[in-house]
Amino acid sequence: MPTYNLMINGNSQSVEVASDTPLLWVLRDHLDMVGTKYGCGIGQCGSCTVHVDGTATRSCLLQVSQLEGKAIKTIEGLSEDGLHPVQEAWKEVDVPQCGYCQAGQIMTASAFLENNQNPTEDDIKNAMQGNICRCASYKRIEEAVKTAAEKMG
Amino acid sequence: MSTLIPSNFSRRAFLRTSSIAGGGMLIGFNLFTACKPKAEMPIDISQLNYNDFNAFIKISDDGMVTIFAPNPEIGQGVKTSMPMLIAEELDVPWEHVNVVQGKLDTENYTRQIAGGSQSIRFGWEPLRQTGATARQMLVNAAAVRWGVDASECTASQGVITNAAGETLGYGDVVKEAATLEVPENVGLKDPKDFKLIGTDAQNVDIDKIISGKPLFGLDYKAEGMVYASVLRPPAFGKTLESFDATEAKAMPGVIDVIQIGEKANHLLTNKEPNWTVQLGKSDKVVVIAKTTWEAMKAKNAIKAVWSDASPMESTEFQDRQLLDLLDGNKFNTMRKDGNVKKAFAEADEILERTYESPFLPHNCMEPMNFYANITDEKIHLVGPIQTPEPTAGMVAAMLDRDVADIELEMTRMGGGFGRRLYCDFVLEVAEIANAIRKPIKMVSSREDDMTTGVYRPAIKYRIKAGIKDGKITGYHLKEAAINDNMYGLIPNFFPAGALENYQVDVANYKSNITTGAWRAPFTNFLSFAEQSFLDELAEVLDIDPVQMRLDLLQKVKGTEDERIEYSAERMEDVINLVVEKSGLRNPKDGVYQGFCAYYCHNTHIAEVADVVLENNQPVVKKITVAVDCGVVVNPLGALNQIEGGVIDGVGHSMYGNLTFEDGKPQSDNYNSYRLIRMKEAPKVETHFVKNTLSPTGLGEPTLPPAGAAVSIAINKATGNRLYKQPFADNMNKKELIG
Ligand code: FES
Ligand code: FES
Repeated sequence: MPTYNLMINGNSQSVEVASDTPLLWVLRDHLDMVGTKYGCGIGQCGSCTVHVDGTATRSCLLQVSQLEGKAIKTIEGLSEDGLHPVQEAWKEVDVPQCGYCQAGQIMTASAFLENNQNPTEDDIKNAMQGNICRCASYKRIEEAVKTAAEKMG
Repeated sequence: MSTLIPSNFSRRAFLRTSSIAGGGMLIGFNLFTACKPKAEMPIDISQLNYNDFNAFIKISDDGMVTIFAPNPEIGQGVKTSMPMLIAEELDVPWEHVNVVQGKLDTENYTRQIAGGSQSIRFGWEPLRQTGATARQMLVNAAAVRWGVDASECTASQGVITNAAGETLGYGDVVKEAATLEVPENVGLKDPKDFKLIGTDAQNVDIDKIISGKPLFGLDYKAEGMVYASVLRPPAFGKTLESFDATEAKAMPGVIDVIQIGEKANHLLTNKEPNWTVQLGKSDKVVVIAKTTWEAMKAKNAIKAVWSDASPMESTEFQDRQLLDLLDGNKFNTMRKDGNVKKAFAEADEILERTYESPFLPHNCMEPMNFYANITDEKIHLVGPIQTPEPTAGMVAAMLDRDVADIELEMTRMGGGFGRRLYCDFVLEVAEIANAIRKPIKMVSSREDDMTTGVYRPAIKYRIKAGIKDGKITGYHLKEAAINDNMYGLIPNFFPAGALENYQVDVANYKSNITTGAWRAPFTNFLSFAEQSFLDELAEVLDIDPVQMRLDLLQKVKGTEDERIEYSAERMEDVINLVVEKSGLRNPKDGVYQGFCAYYCHNTHIAEVADVVLENNQPVVKKITVAVDCGVVVNPLGALNQIEGGVIDGVGHSMYGNLTFEDGKPQSDNYNSYRLIRMKEAPKVETHFVKNTLSPTGLGEPTLPPAGAAVSIAINKATGNRLYKQPFADNMNKKELIG
C-alpha cells in the first residue's frame, strides 16, 4: 500500500493506506484522532468537517491521495488549550446537547469567521446550513457564532 | 440558616459508607431499592462496581466531591442535572463537584437512571435524600470532634460551623464521618433555600466535546480491536439464501467474512420473541476488517442472494391497511365514558376528520455501533445503549452465559430519541465477537442505520365529534397503528374527563417492519391530530379556541377519576401564560398564530406558532412555549432541551417521511431524507410556570405540541387545514395559496 505524508495540525504524519481512503477514516482509524465525526459519509451532514488550507471541507469526501502538501487542521488542533474564540463562545453559550455534531459545527464556524468578521444573521445561516444537528441546537449555534464573531472582530 | 423539611423517607437502607484507600469517604447508594444485606463497599476507587449500588459519591480529604454514576448521556443533560440534586443537599459549591461516568457491571441494576425524560422525576427525592444524608454525617462527625450537639452545627458550601463560630471543612471530617452510623430521616431543604437548583450549570462534558476528546461509542478503542460491517437484508421480508464473498475477502484490510444469525435465532426460540431480534430472523453477512472504511467498502462487494420470506410492504399497502382498520370494527376500547353513539345520533352536526402520519427513522447523529470482546471468562461490552440491564440479560441468554460474566460500559450517546432503547446491534456484535474471539466494534453506516431501523410506525387517527345546541356532546377517537397501540394513561389525557360522552378505540395490524419508541411515543403524532381537530371544532362552533379549552378544563376540576393525571389548574396556567407572552390577543400584521395546549410525559405545555408568508409560502418564524415542568433544576440545560424538542417537532412534522416499496425503505441517507437545518429552525421563546412541584423531564413533552401549533398557524395563513404529515409534501403551493 502507498505511503502518504500528511501535514495535520502542524505535524507531519505518514500513513500507509489505500489511495481512495477518505481523510475521515485516516484520522479516526489510523491516527486515533476521533474528534472528527462520521455522520453520513456523503457530504450531507458536516459532522466530519476539517480545514484544508483554511477552508472548511468535508473529510468524508476527501481521498488521502489528494492531500499531500496541504495543511489540514482538525478539531484537536484548532487551539492548544481549547480556547479558540469559537470554542470559548461554544462554552459560554453552552451549545451542545448530545454533542456529536459539535466538532463539525465548530470547524465550519471557525473557517467561516476567518473570512467574515462581521457576519449578518443571513451570512451565519448560509454558512452553517450544511451542518445538521439532530438535537436541533441551531439557535445556540447561531448565538455562539455571533458571540465568536464579536470576540474575533 | 435554611429550613429543613422533615422527611419520612429513610436513606439508611439505601446507602452505605466506608473509608477509601488514599483518604476520603465513599458513599454507595441505591436510588429505588434497598441495598442487599451483603452489599460490600469497595476498598479502592478502581474497584467500584455497580453490582450492589447505583452510584457512588466520594468526598476527598480536600473537600472535593466526585460522583460516579453509570448514567449515560443522550443529550438531555441528566448527567448534569441529576448530580446537581445531590450537590444541592450536600451543600457544596458546584465547582467542587466532578462527575465521572461509571461502568455498569450488574445483574440487579434496577432502573438505569437515564432512561428518558422520566429520570429527573424519579431521581428528585432519592438523590436529594442521599445528598442530605451525607451532609448530616459530616455534620455529626464535626459535632463529635467539637464535643457539641449536632443540632448546634450547620453546614453550608462545604463548611461546617458550630455555635461558637468555629469551622471545619467537609474534607477535615471525612475520616470520622465514614465510620459513623448512617442517620435516618434527614430533612430536606425548603425549595426557597436552594442555592444550586435553579441556577445555570453547563454540560459537564463541554470541554471534551468542544476539543474533540473521545467520548462516544464510535470513539472507543481497545488494543487489537478490529471492525465489523454487517450486511443485513435489503428489504423487510427478505431472508439470506446464500452469498459469495470471494471478491470481498480479497480486498485490502479484510480479515474474514462470516455469517451470523444462529445465536440470534437461538434467543428467539429460547426467550419470548420480541422486537429486538426481529432483525435477527434472517442471517446476516459480516465483514471483519482492520478499519471501519475497509469493512464498509468490502461489505458492498459481497454478492448475496435473498429470498422472500414474508410479505413485502409498500407505503400504499400500509395506508390501505390502516384505513381499513379505521373503517372496520376490530377495535379495543381504551376508555369509554357515556354513550358516544347516542350523542352522535342526537347531534345537530357532526365533524369527522382523519389524520395521517408516515414512518420515521430516529437518525441519531452517531450511527448505531457497539464494542464487544468475549473470552471464556468474560464478556466485555462498551457503547451507547439506554437499556443496559435488559441488554446484558439478552446477551447472556443468547450465548448461554452467566450474566455475571458481563461487564457493560456505557459511553456518551450521540443522540437517542428512543433508538438506543433497543439492543439489536449489541446482540449482533456479541454474536460476532463470540465467533471470532477478538475485540471488535460493529459500526453501522448511515445507510445501514436508516434502512434497518426500529421506526416510529405510520399511524392514522380518525376523530369524530357531535355538536348539539352549540356544545360538544360526543367525542370519539380511533387509532389505527402498526404493531402496537397507545398505552398507559394516554387515552386519559385531555380532553378525557371534560366530556360526558367520550371514547378511545385502538386497532393495529402486525407488520414485519421493526417499530418502536420514537421521542414522545404516540403523543408525537396524536397531539397534532387532536389539537388540529379541537381547533377546527372551535371554528365550527364559532368560539375562540383558547376559550374552548378553558371551558372544557372547568369540567375536569375536582374530578375523582384517578386515571386523569393531568391537572386542569396547571393546564390553565400554561394556557394563560402562553396567551400573554405570545401576543395572541394582539396579533401583528402579517403574522398568523396557531395555539395549542397539551399534556404528556407528566408535563403541561402550551405553544403558539407564528407563521408568515414569504413569497406566498408559509414560513415558521417563532414558537412561544409556556411550560410547567415543576422545579427547573438547570435552566440553561432545560432551555436547550425545550428548544431542541420544539424544533425537532417542527422539523419532523414539516419534512419527516420514510416510505417503503416492496419492503425497502426509500430513503437511506440525508440526500434523500430531509432533516430540519438552521435556516428552517424557528426562534423558540420559553416561559416557565414557576412553582416548587417535583420536576418533570423535558426531553419529550415539548415535541408533540409543536407540529400541532404549526399546522394551526398554517391554516390561519393560508386557509387550508393540514391532515397529513409531513406538511411540506402535503401543502401543494398553488392549491394552498390559491
Ligand atoms: S460525514 Fe462527512 S458530511 Fe456527513
Ligand atoms: S448536539 Fe446532538 S447532533 Fe448536534
